[in-house]
Amino acid sequence: MSAHPPTPEVLAAIARFLRDQVAPTLKDDLAFNMRVTLGALELVRREIEQAESADAREHQRLVDLMGEGELAALREALCDRIAAGKLTLDDPALAAHLRATAIDRLAIDQPSYSAYLAATKT
Amino acid sequence: MSEGFAERLDALCQRALGGPLEPASLIRLTGGASQETWAFEAGGEGLILRRMPLAQVDFSDSIGPEIEAALIRLAGENGVPEPAIRYVLNKEDGLGRGFISQRVPGETLARRLLRDAEYAEVRPKLAGMCGAAMAGIHAIDLTKTPPLPTIYAKTALDELLAAYKSFENRSAVFEAAFRWFYDHLPPEPKAAVLIHGDFRNGNLIVGPEGIRAVLDWELAHLGDPAQDLGWFCTNSWRFGARDNPAGGFGSVDEMLQGYAAAGGSAIDPARVSFWTALGSLRWGIMCGKMSRPSTGDLSVERAMIGRRISETELDLLDILAPDGAA
Repeated sequence: MSAHPPTPEVLAAIARFLRDQVAPTLKDDLAFNMRVTLGALELVRREIEQAESADAREHQRLVDLMGEGELAALREALCDRIAAGKLTLDDPALAAHLRATAIDRLAIDQPSYSAYLAATKT
Repeated sequence: MSEGFAERLDALCQRALGGPLEPASLIRLTGGASQETWAFEAGGEGLILRRMPLAQVDFSDSIGPEIEAALIRLAGENGVPEPAIRYVLNKEDGLGRGFISQRVPGETLARRLLRDAEYAEVRPKLAGMCGAAMAGIHAIDLTKTPPLPTIYAKTALDELLAAYKSFENRSAVFEAAFRWFYDHLPPEPKAAVLIHGDFRNGNLIVGPEGIRAVLDWELAHLGDPAQDLGWFCTNSWRFGARDNPAGGFGSVDEMLQGYAAAGGSAIDPARVSFWTALGSLRWGIMCGKMSRPSTGDLSVERAMIGRRISETELDLLDILAPDGAA
């Protein structure tokens, strides 16, 4: 194990400093922008923690749907097929893939969004 | 704050608004994504300045603040709740483009309107009240409006597709949604009406008794009345109150009843649903456009808005491919 603190811990320290020491001194639009900034730091932390596994899952689904290839190339090819009308939302496999990808994306981007909460409630 | 801003505003207040700028009263309000909004007092009155300080920015979707001010005046004369317009900026004022209006007290924050006890009594009525306000806008005599483009669903979709094609990254959901919308275009309405273009929870000033002002007219145009009604119901504007399509306040039926009771024409709910779904794509594309550094706005808020695209992707799938939903 590395002696370096993991990046999410560094981010957490930055967020703590801004939230506990800087934010209370701000008002009006600066206070608002600080809240937005703290939200952005949280997003970056989630991205660092989750993006690799989310990409791996997306890649596997794309391979199942379209055959072997690099993730970026398969993403492009999927868009091309949809744009050409060869794959439509009537196709349950496509719909399931898009839904799983959107849910993984929202887990990073906006995990408090209503549609995400509804889609992931057990 | 830009150099000399308060001084120039003070000079304007003395010239045109009945007295000097109260120096301690000037504060920048948040909330407008493409415009600056300032609150201040002058001549014994609370006022609001909305301005576009970045003259180089191309807001090609926006009608511009001068036409916006004219429409607010017109809507106010037609019984739509609107603030009085006190002044429209011109070049000599040195403050960019914009206008000054009366400051209307009340709440704009959607989440407060949907949750605070102060609005508990009016909340169940707001779906119908918003329907009535939209009927008032749609009834405005088009011979009195400044020239505005007519945008029906096909044109709206073409414009969204052109904007999408300029993005660096593609979205498989948007690709599929564009195909779906082009395949399901509704027939054009019998006649175009004045469309507010951004009538939603968050663009209203509300008091405990009801709507006090309809704000943000920058996306106004002529078009299908179902567009405003549908956009009002787009999930992004329910602010978590997902089971109340009409702005988080109530049902589509309640909204349409308020619309009809205020003189609005009969609208097929299926048309409203189409525009509600298209609203998710529209908001997704708007988020993508607004988040780009080329807008000239380098704020964190602008950068973050691009990360709202994924919200609209899931909303589109919930509507267009609901069978996959758990």
